[in-house]
Amino acid sequence: MPPAALSIHLSIGAAYSWSVFKKPLEGSLHVSGTLSALPFTVGIVMLGLSAAVFGTWVDRNGPRAAMFVAMCCFCGGWLVGSAGLATHQYWLVLLGYGLLGGIGWGIGYISPVSTLMKWFPDKPGMATGLAIMGFGGGALIASPWSTAMLGAFGIAKTFLVHGIVYAVFMSLGWLLVRVPRDDWKPHGWTPAPGSLVSVGQVSANNAIKTPQFWLLWVVLCFNVTAGIGILEKASPIYQDFFPGGVAAALAAAAAGYVALLSLSNMLGRIGWSSLSDVIGRKNAYRLYLGVGALLYLTITLMQNSNKVVFLIATMLILSFYGAGFATVPAYLRDLFGTYEVGAIHGRLLTAWSAAGILGPIIVNAIADSEKAAGKSGPSLYTLSFSIMIALLIVGLVCNELIKPVNDKWHEPSDSVEDFDDVEVVEEAAR
Amino acid sequence: MTELHEYQPTVSRAYIALAWLWVGIPFAYGFYELLIKVTQLFKTG
Repeated sequence: MPPAALSIHLSIGAAYSWSVFKKPLEGSLHVSGTLSALPFTVGIVMLGLSAAVFGTWVDRNGPRAAMFVAMCCFCGGWLVGSAGLATHQYWLVLLGYGLLGGIGWGIGYISPVSTLMKWFPDKPGMATGLAIMGFGGGALIASPWSTAMLGAFGIAKTFLVHGIVYAVFMSLGWLLVRVPRDDWKPHGWTPAPGSLVSVGQVSANNAIKTPQFWLLWVVLCFNVTAGIGILEKASPIYQDFFPGGVAAALAAAAAGYVALLSLSNMLGRIGWSSLSDVIGRKNAYRLYLGVGALLYLTITLMQNSNKVVFLIATMLILSFYGAGFATVPAYLRDLFGTYEVGAIHGRLLTAWSAAGILGPIIVNAIADSEKAAGKSGPSLYTLSFSIMIALLIVGLVCNELIKPVNDKWHEPSDSVEDFDDVEVVEEAAR
Repeated sequence: MTELHEYQPTVSRAYIALAWLWVGIPFAYGFYELLIKVTQLFKTG
């Protein structure tokens, strides 16, 4: 199951390598920078929307059908985009890569999540962390590969090759994926439910009526926003904090810094998420949000007085950003059970879309206004980092307010067809 | 499409190893490229 999930997430993770296509697209179709960014923006919006809209369908039809549809949409998006580039029709690129491809990202992102948690009821954080780490790893593969392809074939043929190669690569996922039997549990495993672990199952429609869902929505939104606070302007932040030296060397060091943050983001997804299986989901988010706020405070107060502290602090912040994504499916399972956790996860991902708008606005708008006010260096970011601290504290409070879901939202046992680990949790509760 | 339900592994270890290589090799390539970039920070920074 993990290779199946990884084959999907490593592929759709290519979404984050869009920047390598921007300049070739502008040169090929003679479009502005804004228009060349639009396919990615549309894709991200479609990711959130399709995860929310098709989540229930994914839960009803299983991971194989979902992975197959995700492959068709994702690879179809590349092929339609390729046709658009070959015929110089920008709208086809937007329709293919952005709209169709974005639906593939959304369905692909949630497709293996609930199945992984059913296979690994003892380690749901590790299981989903591995897959969601793959989403981060997808851009690592796609960026250098796409750059090499662009140099060899040009952008239209590169899109075509990507569509074909990713179709072959992703086929492993839907061919290999298996759903465990309802009574499956790991050998020798006896569940020990924590205080938040649900003994019932909650439908997606009921989940969004609970305060727990919206508290977790705020937690995810603000945790992601705080990560974007660094990620969005990582290169300029580094150059503003540690200026000096030859410009080319500084740019290279900043590029290295961005890569270091990507590494932290990726490792945080598997590392902290796996730790959440030991310390519990609530404690994990206490760590991400509480320590995250302290780390932001550290770099705000110390500014550029110690480079090592700055590097470690920002690396940890980015690891918490990735961990927030990776741990949330297991948190949802704890609260709402596995019945429609894919659909609930899909709806929660709208918090990602909101953070994707909120984070860049805070960081870019404030940095621009501070620069206009004559500030320079680390002081450009003092206000935006202070806002991030406040958001993280609000997130921390919301996490503290999350309690077990009221029994009235639980599905009647006869309506829950897929109640694999309810049995074992209930058994332990007895 | 029907889902396969199984309790015992029905896929041989060789195929499982092949599946891990299928995803592991591209991942290792991406990871290697990332590490090369990271070293720039310590060479010039």
